Amino acid sequence: MFNLKPKPFSGGVHPKGYKELTQQQDISKDFVPDRVYLGMQQRNGSMLNSLVAVGDTVVKGQLIARGSNDMTVPLHSPVNGTVVDIKPYLSSHPSGIKSQTLVIANNGTKNWGIDYPPSDYQKLSHEQIVERVLEAGIVGLGGAGFPTGIKLRLARKSKVHTLLINGGECEPYLTCDDRLMREQAAEIIAGIKVMAKAIGATNSIIAIEDNKPEAINAIKQASDGISGISLKIVPSLYPMGSERHLIKAVTGIAIGPGQLSTAQGILVHNVATAKAVYQAVRYQRPLIERVITVSGDAIEAPANITVPIGSLVSQVIAECGGLKAEAKRMIAGGPMMGQVLPSPFVPIDKSVGGLLALSEEQINQRQSQDCVRCGNCVKVCPMGLMPFQMATHSNNDDWQGAQEFGLDSCLLCGACSYICPSSIPLVQYFQHAKSNINAQRSMMQKSNLARQLTEARQQRLAREAAAKKAAKAAKRKRPARSRSTQGES
Amino acid sequence: MAINNPIAAPHTHSGLSTTNIMYLVVLALSPAALYGVWIFGLPAALVIVSCCISAWLSEVICLQLQGKNWLSSIDGSSLLTALLLAMSLPASTPWWVASFGCIFAIVIGKHVYGGLGHNPFNPAMLGRVMLLICFPIELTNWQAISIPSLGSDGLIFSQQWLGIDGVSSATPLADLNQIVEWKGLLLGEHAGSLGETSALLIALGGLFLIWRGIIRPYIPCALLLGLTIPASIAHWLHPQDYASGLAHLLSGGAMLAAFFIATDLVTSPTSPRGQILFGAGCGLLIWLIRSFGSYPEGVAFAVLIMNAGTPVIDHYLRPKIFGSQSLFKRSKGA
Ligand code: SF4
Ligand code: SF4
Repeated sequence: MFNLKPKPFSGGVHPKGYKELTQQQDISKDFVPDRVYLGMQQRNGSMLNSLVAVGDTVVKGQLIARGSNDMTVPLHSPVNGTVVDIKPYLSSHPSGIKSQTLVIANNGTKNWGIDYPPSDYQKLSHEQIVERVLEAGIVGLGGAGFPTGIKLRLARKSKVHTLLINGGECEPYLTCDDRLMREQAAEIIAGIKVMAKAIGATNSIIAIEDNKPEAINAIKQASDGISGISLKIVPSLYPMGSERHLIKAVTGIAIGPGQLSTAQGILVHNVATAKAVYQAVRYQRPLIERVITVSGDAIEAPANITVPIGSLVSQVIAECGGLKAEAKRMIAGGPMMGQVLPSPFVPIDKSVGGLLALSEEQINQRQSQDCVRCGNCVKVCPMGLMPFQMATHSNNDDWQGAQEFGLDSCLLCGACSYICPSSIPLVQYFQHAKSNINAQRSMMQKSNLARQLTEARQQRLAREAAAKKAAKAAKRKRPARSRSTQGES
Repeated sequence: MAINNPIAAPHTHSGLSTTNIMYLVVLALSPAALYGVWIFGLPAALVIVSCCISAWLSEVICLQLQGKNWLSSIDGSSLLTALLLAMSLPASTPWWVASFGCIFAIVIGKHVYGGLGHNPFNPAMLGRVMLLICFPIELTNWQAISIPSLGSDGLIFSQQWLGIDGVSSATPLADLNQIVEWKGLLLGEHAGSLGETSALLIALGGLFLIWRGIIRPYIPCALLLGLTIPASIAHWLHPQDYASGLAHLLSGGAMLAAFFIATDLVTSPTSPRGQILFGAGCGLLIWLIRSFGSYPEGVAFAVLIMNAGTPVIDHYLRPKIFGSQSLFKRSKGA
């Protein structure tokens, strides 16, 4: 309260960081899973077609599945080995749904199976860069999982002038972006240059929270003297990593509800994505692994570790010394927005940035009580909503009421649930309401479609009937006319 | 092994609880309460204790009747209600009158509406108003202060302090002609309700709550301004008929209302703009009732009136949605 520094945006919370658990160790690169499980269904629901069969030998980096269009990014083998099975297997979707999955047994060698000669990105056209990014199967590594190539292409179309690189990492526990910035600052900066070229942006800004002084130093050194790239230190406040809030904190521009940041000429990407883009464009290397933070008070040896995509959660946790007895909940992502893993045997996909095992004490979940209208949730909501009102409406299945109170703007950031003294699971209500609204919407679309079809059919029938009638009438007229002509003649 | 129910994020919590908040408010209020006991003596202590006990007992009984766990009666909310009511009563209030008010506040003011969080009106102020209507004599019989003095053989307590004999006196608000020095008002060395005498201690308690983030500064500031501005203007125009802004500010329950009563979580609006309107409304009403109403003290009425408007305020004065252009164009398109 008596902090006179102006806040970069209203609301927000300061959850305890727990970053010290993993902050000071180098990223470990020793992890070799004996099998990887690559789901053929992507987050957006589209399916990939396998290009290999059971028994085939595959090499690290080989293209093994692709989709029908650019929205489905291609899949490459993260290891050298053999395809041992193609079967329905658990996906990392929170419902624990099964999808067709390629299982590859790893032969243990770590070298790339394909030669990736470096090329000079300066000589590539922007479309060539986008093509390479798409071919490498890169999606946003910050969690959204949207194909990066498409994002770049759209940004160029809408004449984006500023590329904003998100090094905020505001979720507690997670330090993988922090470590990446410390250890691979040069690659990140190179990736930023590539991306800026691809979209035609003149200005690139890297935003880092002030609780990562070493990452700030590393990036400062790496970007020193490069024109068009600047560094912006933002205060640590959750949810700084939210696109809109980062833009507000860095540029002062507030992107309105329903508006895209590209409309204001700004594109946001995550630091890990920048690095992957560099690898893809410079060496044409596909995205087959990522750095994740494995942490939480129930992990024996928390660490940042490079994992091949498709490694099982259980294998990764075993690599980090396994679980302690008090493990209560396992989460993909950070504690504020992460999802509970349906099973320890799910594979890690491209959008998972963290793996947490938390004890009961850390989760700190209490029996929820009645809302006391304390207004704390209103105070911390970064979107300026009134969560308790939305919750009341959602609870009464009044989705429209909840929407009127701004449900559509809700980020599901969890700040309100985090602060609520009555421990009301506000976010849970909002998720429930949102999924119901989506279901309603698709129902409506379906029934609209059905109605259109019926209407079309009725119109067709009516047209046909009219045509028949007209034909009949014409038939009747013709004899009449002929009769009359006969009479005349 | 981990248990894997599909539970929604976040998977962590700030640790803030209603009980925490209630006891922090009680803590912030206690210096003023103790000071009240110091200057008014044992009768004041009796009022506070009887309020607390009766509030707790009625809370337990209400919870039992509703089949709820009686242990939640120690969440501090009934204690806070009791303390607020006690502090707004004259120290000489008979213990049974105080208890009656407290039972009314808890049973009718809170549980009839469904318990904590559901009551539209501030329970303590409902109890206060009920007592004022049913026991007008007892409720306006302001006891004069009798601070123990330091004699040669320790503290000397007057008869009145010990509750044997009482001397009544007017509150500064009831009698405009009485010259009250602002220092006396600030420190509480004047007659009045037992907890509202020291504006200083109450304001300090309030600042403590703001510092801890329990209350936001909007309501206190708006209330105090809403009271002092009209009072100062009126005093400037007609000094004989209207008390000065400072006298209004420092006397009666103004400070108590600003920091502890109007800011009651349950019954005040939640958005900053709503809180400013609410606070300013309370302040203005307090001044109007004090100046033109038939009761010398307007806090309870003013707060209750504004409480009634809280749902409407919360409905119309929402915070601005992030990035939205206009405050008024919203919610049409939804
Ligand atoms: S924080 Fe919780 S108790 Fe307070 S108003 Fe919001 S929902 Fe109600
Ligand atoms: S989850 Fe939604 S309602 Fe809650 S604080 Fe975040 S944006 Fe606001």
